[in-house]
Amino acid sequence: MSCKVGIPQALLYYEYYPLWKEFFTELGAEIVLSSSTNKSILNAGVSSCVDEACLPVKVFHGHVEQLKNKVDYLFIPKFISVCKKEYLCPKLLGLPEMVKNSIDDLPTIIDVEINLIKSNSNLHKSVIEIGNYFTSNNKKIDLAFNKAINRFNEYKKLLANGVIPIEAIKVYNKYINSITTLKNSKYKILVLGHSYNLYDEFLSMKLIEKLQKDNMKVITPDTVSIDKINYYASKLPKRMFWSFGRKIVGAAFYLIEENAVDGIIYISSFGCGLDSVLIDLVYRKAKKFKVPFTLVTLDEHSGEAGVNTRLEAFVDMIIWRDSNENNISTHG
Amino acid sequence: MKITFPHMGNTYIAVKAMLEDLGLEVIVPPKCSKRTLELGTKYSPESICLPLKINIGNYIESIERGADTILITGSCGPCRFGFYSVIEKEILKDLGYDIDIIVFDPPDGNYKEFINRITKAVNTNNPIKILKSFNRGRIILKEVDRLFQFSNKKRAYAVNSYEVDKIMQKFSEGVLKVKGVIETKKLIKRIFKELEKIEVDNTKRPLKVGIVGEIYTVIEPYVNLDIERKLGHMGVLVDKFLTPSRWVEHNLTLGHLGLSEERKAWKAAKPYIRTLVGGHGRETVGSAIMYAEKGYDGVIQLLPFTCMPEIVAETILKTVAKDYDIPILTLIVDELTGEAGYVTRLEAFVDLLKRRKEERKFERVLSRS
Ligand code: SF4
Repeated sequence: MSCKVGIPQALLYYEYYPLWKEFFTELGAEIVLSSSTNKSILNAGVSSCVDEACLPVKVFHGHVEQLKNKVDYLFIPKFISVCKKEYLCPKLLGLPEMVKNSIDDLPTIIDVEINLIKSNSNLHKSVIEIGNYFTSNNKKIDLAFNKAINRFNEYKKLLANGVIPIEAIKVYNKYINSITTLKNSKYKILVLGHSYNLYDEFLSMKLIEKLQKDNMKVITPDTVSIDKINYYASKLPKRMFWSFGRKIVGAAFYLIEENAVDGIIYISSFGCGLDSVLIDLVYRKAKKFKVPFTLVTLDEHSGEAGVNTRLEAFVDMIIWRDSNENNISTHG
Repeated sequence: MKITFPHMGNTYIAVKAMLEDLGLEVIVPPKCSKRTLELGTKYSPESICLPLKINIGNYIESIERGADTILITGSCGPCRFGFYSVIEKEILKDLGYDIDIIVFDPPDGNYKEFINRITKAVNTNNPIKILKSFNRGRIILKEVDRLFQFSNKKRAYAVNSYEVDKIMQKFSEGVLKVKGVIETKKLIKRIFKELEKIEVDNTKRPLKVGIVGEIYTVIEPYVNLDIERKLGHMGVLVDKFLTPSRWVEHNLTLGHLGLSEERKAWKAAKPYIRTLVGGHGRETVGSAIMYAEKGYDGVIQLLPFTCMPEIVAETILKTVAKDYDIPILTLIVDELTGEAGYVTRLEAFVDLLKRRKEERKFERVLSRS
């Protein structure tokens, strides 16, 4: 009998879902995905999680609430590091513990540690450990993981070709059959932020889709080449020790310095500790190079109307700026 | 060169003495005040954690007094503290200050660079001289910790707890007037003696409360609204898991090895949290458990608003409080924290602890009869 593994559609789902999905399926497990974020998930999360947590962590709790009675296992790996000498956010480091101490009556949590801070070789150990929940045949696990990696690389190729994950993952989940055709827009907007803020359409209020409808070409850090990201991030006076921070700052610095974007929208969530640093770094750089920058902060009470107005004003400004070569102020 | 550094509880006493011994001119930032915080808040990113804002305020107030070099420490993540130096430099540069900032990050394999920075900071490349004064600085730090611990105890037992405040006030004024390690040591000794003379009532059975949480909030009295003193006057015996000397040991010397006390806390925390979460999140959980095991009446967790590691700890402490049947109060501070509300919460907590203690005594009496 196949067992059911629940995967919350939140936080690192947007980074790694295709990988885990292939892996678990190969191992004969059935994946149960929580629905995309909605009001009731948000409310459930807000009430089970400590007040001080940031929005995406609260939302994650809501997804767990939705899944907990429907599955045999919940997959909440303990991500510490996905890259040498780098970490993820402290709240992700403690995520399984936060969930366990906030929500009662949970099924078994697969909270295997993933820690590549010293070297990549630890990954294999973690993979075996995860696989062992389903089979004791390590060869089978290796095989499954290799297959999964191959598929995952294909997915990443899509991203490298400029398809943003929101679309790539849709193809992946077969929600829609074709990728929204990329229009050749005159204006390029860099939408920055953590993937779980950018691509959660409920939290971000479909901001990306709206920009696309406004005929803007949207770039996100996921579509910028890793080499560029690394090169430009390394220009910081100190090594960026957060992997997602490196991606955000590196992508932004590259596009700003190469004069390759017309504007930047940073989508942050209230209470995000990393963003308070990253926003500051990007904002200063944008200011220096006179690239329009705006910040949208999401919280549980954000109203869509307000965000829309901000967005429209920003888009108008960029178009106006373009037609008035000698732009004046870019920062309001 | 006129050197300054950010405030962090009592660390200034040791750093000042040490640098003076090396022949440097030291400008201690004025005690943190409302102005410090206002300046810091004005020029820092809005959503950054409180310690950075206070640092900025400290720098500006020191620069106003002539400082031209800032000495700071760092870390390599995963908490924001590791990026303080980068942001702080940018802020000061944008404000137009012409100032040198020397950062002591824990040597990330690059010891040569680390030594270079030290020689630059202290203007000598005689390693023996440097090591010597560093060691003496550490001793001062320990002595100061001991002194404050002792003053806490005195407050809880004193017939008149305010006498302690008077003497400690004398200490903080005196420290700015003495120079170098030897004079500082002498002063500490004198203050110890004076504290000893305070009349105590040994029949008192004070409540015992352990303070845990984010280090800066725990040890900087301006930020925690002088929690030790407030509790002391309420007749509470206060103990802190984190002190400046432990912080220095952790950050500048043995950080990667883990000190025995810290190890103990990690071990205690293990059933609840197996790995690091940055900052002192794991130590917070572990030390709260250790206080519970030692029979403390309650625990207070202190953290700045949006402090990431401590939010993880806060979640777990809820379970610890249940499992160990010990009240744990979480106090979050930011630039908006008002004194009145804060004191009310402290008083309510102390009342709760008192009531529990009475009830227990009562239960025991009944069960014996
Ligand atoms: S431990 Fe907390 S308060 Fe300190 S720098 Fe990190 S996030 Fe900020």
